[in-house]
Amino acid sequence: MTWRTATVVGLHDETRTARTLTLAVRDWPGHVAGQHVDVRLTAPDGYSAVRSYSIASPPSADGRIEITVEQLPNGEVSPYLTEEVVAGDELELRGPIGGWFVWRSDQREPIQLLAGGSGIVPLMGMIRSRLLANNAAPFRLLYSVREPEAIFYREELEALSAKHVTVNYAYTRAVPNDWPRPPGRVDRDLIASVTWPANLNATCYLCGPTGFVETVADLLSMAGNRREKIRTERFGPTGERK
Amino acid sequence: MAIISRGFTGRRSAAEAKLPPGQYLTTDFPVLSAGPTPHISLDRWDFTIDDGSNVLKRWDWKSFRELPSETITTDLHCVTRWSKLGTSWEGVSLDVLLADLKTDLPYAMFRSYGDYTTNLPVKDIINKQAWIAFKYDGADLAPEHGGPARLLVPHLYLWKSAKWVKGLSLMPHDKPGFWESLGYHIYGDPWREQRYSEE
Repeated sequence: MTWRTATVVGLHDETRTARTLTLAVRDWPGHVAGQHVDVRLTAPDGYSAVRSYSIASPPSADGRIEITVEQLPNGEVSPYLTEEVVAGDELELRGPIGGWFVWRSDQREPIQLLAGGSGIVPLMGMIRSRLLANNAAPFRLLYSVREPEAIFYREELEALSAKHVTVNYAYTRAVPNDWPRPPGRVDRDLIASVTWPANLNATCYLCGPTGFVETVADLLSMAGNRREKIRTERFGPTGERK
Repeated sequence: MAIISRGFTGRRSAAEAKLPPGQYLTTDFPVLSAGPTPHISLDRWDFTIDDGSNVLKRWDWKSFRELPSETITTDLHCVTRWSKLGTSWEGVSLDVLLADLKTDLPYAMFRSYGDYTTNLPVKDIINKQAWIAFKYDGADLAPEHGGPARLLVPHLYLWKSAKWVKGLSLMPHDKPGFWESLGYHIYGDPWREQRYSEE
């Protein structure tokens, strides 16, 4: 798989700690929603570091992709991408990578997306891909965040939520004013009230930190969803997967 | 020629110098798998070896645990780029499981609860290179790390060390398993950085 040159053509902050980079990639072969790329940074003495980031943008023919990077404490690559990079910089990138945690625009079955924190990134790629393809598959998203300020793509999700995807939030630490549910993790009641009933046989895409994915995958199973319909992507405490 | 990243110095340590290319050190134990963690009760667990048509060997949990086991201290290298050094395991060597099998089939497909599969050449699982591990760090192997038992083939990327393993099928020809069908390398040597199928 070849390394390609990617020029940073756009940057904007999603939250205090996360930033979206728009990259123009030379000879980008195209991708499927849910896939990721490897990004390589190289120091002047030749030392290099590579990390994987999910693609947030839908498949498109213009050779541009977006990634959203959450800055990790003591991260090696993420602080550079969230603080140092400016428009016009060139990075090296290869991909797309991954053939399991993907949503293809010819899928027609109901889709249940479940995100923990920055695990929203590949799922946003799926939502945008559905919209771009005019696919009418029913989508639901359950998005777990620490607090309202931690939501990525907030305005876009609000705009889409009326028509294209049913969005529900779970706040684990702080809730908005007048929010009916106290702060807390996703639990059995929430799964029962906001995710597709198991008899619809939805495909579930679950992405987030390991603890979130372990817990929610078990809850989905207990709610009657078949194991083979639950696809997961996890990142550990030190992982810079997303 | 690589593009130099203006202002990037990186974080390096002496220990990272002995890692395979592109890996970084971690001290915790991240989890990666494709679906929910299966919870397998020991009285329903079994492990079988077949040749594609006949079951050649079979153990239930009790007979498996009566086999001679070994402690293994080894480094782990995950394709998602973390490496963890000096991990400690207990398991049954594949040399024990494959002993006195009259077959010269050169490839194996390991099968797991939850329908995961991964392929390996037989020459990579014999001669003290692979174990069915049931303890990690002195304790029973936790379900999210592959318990009750997982394959441990530490000289290859960790996806080859199938979690929740339940057996292997010997094969005349190599065939891709789960991740190997989805863009990952057919063999997966971390020292040659064989991450993806195109390299």
